[in-house]
Order: sequence, then C-alpha cells, then structure tokens
Amino acid sequence: MSATTDVTRLTEAFGAKILKTVEFRGEQTLYVEPASLHDVLAKCRNDYGYEMVLDISSVDHFGDDPRFEMVYEIATLDDSSRLRVKAAFAEDESVPTATDLWAGADWHEREVWDMMGIPFSDHPNLKRILMWEGYPFFPLRKDFPLAGRPSEMPDVAFSGVAPLEGGPFVTTAGGEDTVRREPRARIVE
Amino acid sequence: MVSPTPSSSTVHTAYDSKIEGNVIITRVDAAINWMRKNSMWPMPMGLACCAIEMMATACSRYDLSRFGMEVMRFSPRQADVLIVSGTVTYKMALAVKRIWDQMPEPKWCIAMGACASSGGMYRSYAVLQGIDRLIPVDVYISGCPPRPEALIQGLMKVQEKIEGEKSTMTQKQSFFEEVS
Repeated sequence: MSATTDVTRLTEAFGAKILKTVEFRGEQTLYVEPASLHDVLAKCRNDYGYEMVLDISSVDHFGDDPRFEMVYEIATLDDSSRLRVKAAFAEDESVPTATDLWAGADWHEREVWDMMGIPFSDHPNLKRILMWEGYPFFPLRKDFPLAGRPSEMPDVAFSGVAPLEGGPFVTTAGGEDTVRREPRARIVE
Repeated sequence: MVSPTPSSSTVHTAYDSKIEGNVIITRVDAAINWMRKNSMWPMPMGLACCAIEMMATACSRYDLSRFGMEVMRFSPRQADVLIVSGTVTYKMALAVKRIWDQMPEPKWCIAMGACASSGGMYRSYAVLQGIDRLIPVDVYISGCPPRPEALIQGLMKVQEKIEGEKSTMTQKQSFFEEVS
C-alpha cells in the first residue's frame, strides 16, 4: 500500500470533509476540515496502518483567519508510506487530541501548546514542556518579539528582553539581488 | 630499657639544626593565598558545548591537575570556583544562582565562553544575556567554545587574582589602626 492509494481511499471515505489533496515530489498532503480531523487520523491509524506519528507541529498564519494550522506527519512502521495531514483552527478553538491514537503525540502536543498556545481537548497532561509552568507568553507566535518580554515568577524563573541592536536580521531567500538577499533588519508590525 | 645517655655534644636550646632551612618567614596573606590558589576545586556547571571543552581540559591531554584544579566537585559545598560553561537559559538561571549561593566563601566564578559571558549568539527570549546579570563573575573567557588552553588561562587569571588578595589585612584593618 502506498500513500497515494491511501489518499484515494480517504477521499472516497470522507468526501467533502477532505478539502484538498496535494502531491509534491511524492509527498502526499491532505487538508482536512477541523471537525473531522480526529476521524481522519483515526482511520489512518486503525485501518491503513499509520502506526507512527513522526511529528506534530503548528503554523501561525498571523493576520489570516483561521489563524493556526496543525500539521501531522504520520508514517507506517515499515516507512513505506508517509502522510501529512493539515487542518486550520481559529484562535479560540481547541484541537482534538491525538494521544488516544498515538501515545507519542503527548509531548508533541505539549510543545505546540507551550510554544504556540493552541489548546488540545482531552489531552491527559496538557502543561508546558520547554518553558516553565507559569510563563505568561507563547513565544513562537508571530506577534511575540524575538527579543522576548519581561516576566517574573519569584523563586521559579524570570525572563528579560535581549538586546538585538536593530535586529532581528532576516535573510530574504530568492531576493532579486545580493543586497536584498543578505541579512537585513526587518520591521515586524 | 637503658635510659639514653646525654650526648657529649653541645645541646642547642634556642636553635635546632634539623629544621634549619625548613622555616620560611612570610605574611599570613601570602601563605593563605598560596594555599588557596594551588588547590582550586572547580564546580563544573556544564550547560552546553563549552562543557565538552571543560571535560577535555580536565582530561590527561591538557591535565588541569598540573595546577591543582582537577578535583571537579559535583557538590557546591566542596567547591571553590564555579565554571559556568554554556548557555544559561532563563529556566536554568535560578538553579545556577542557587548553586552559587550554596558554595562556601571564598569563592570565584568563571564565565566560560560567549554564551555565559553575554548570551552569545542567542539574542533570544529564552536565554539569559550573561550570567553576570545574576552572580558576580571574576574572569570571562572568550570563544565559542573556548579551547582548553583558554580555560586554563582563565583559571590562571583567577590564580593571579587570588595572589593579590589581602583578606587578613582587610579583616584586621581596624585592629592595625588601633595598634598604630
């Protein structure tokens, strides 16, 4: 079984709930309606043998609506087929947990919660994994400055603002000329 | 047992030839500093890649024991010099301070490498921008990471600093002023 046939079978099973399928250099991506995300993942896991979750990540499309996008990378144990499942969520929505399907989803979802502030419903242990419990910000959101924000938790931790001296300096890949490609200060609104 | 017969040679009461040459006259501070600087026990605070260089420094090729510093103590209560080697994140910062607070006086601190000295390349929300924002630092070592030679030189700088200390003089200053 390859990922291509699984995509075909999934689109037959779920119909319009699968919004879009994309194939890029042999990689299969499914865009799924958020309400049926868990059903699609469960079918992949239980019926098509995607027994391993490689990664769960999230994207912040700041300024767009819905703002967040969840990305699931799943694979079969013999690594013969891989699948990427994406679903968009608004800022106040919570994502159904995948920990009931893959135990390995636990820490991935905690990291998404810690860094991006996307809550997961029915997660058994949803607390911060990298920053300390009580840190008031979600640092990988687009509207969070790279330099950080000051915070204070007596006897636990504190944070400050890093000097960036005009930065952050961002490269623009594929820029027209060398001047535009080299690292430049970019104002983030 | 036969009691020892008194020697026929002259008995010196005020001067013993056996300890001639073994007596050194010095200042208390100089003696204390000499003892302190030649057995500095480091507390390794290995937080990132600098720790690998610190381990290499302690191993046979660079051999910190030449300077009496090979006794890496993993208890702060037995250590003299804290080597902060690596990136100090905000999450770790208060743990480092806690270890520093547990070290008995006199104590010294080395910020090893760019990260411990200034945050290094991590101009970021997660990284403390230099351990000197939290605890006093005696010697900063540049490098990313510094080579073992650099760490050895840093420790020798601490030795130089110890040599110049006048702890007894400072402690007894009011007494000396009264006497004079």
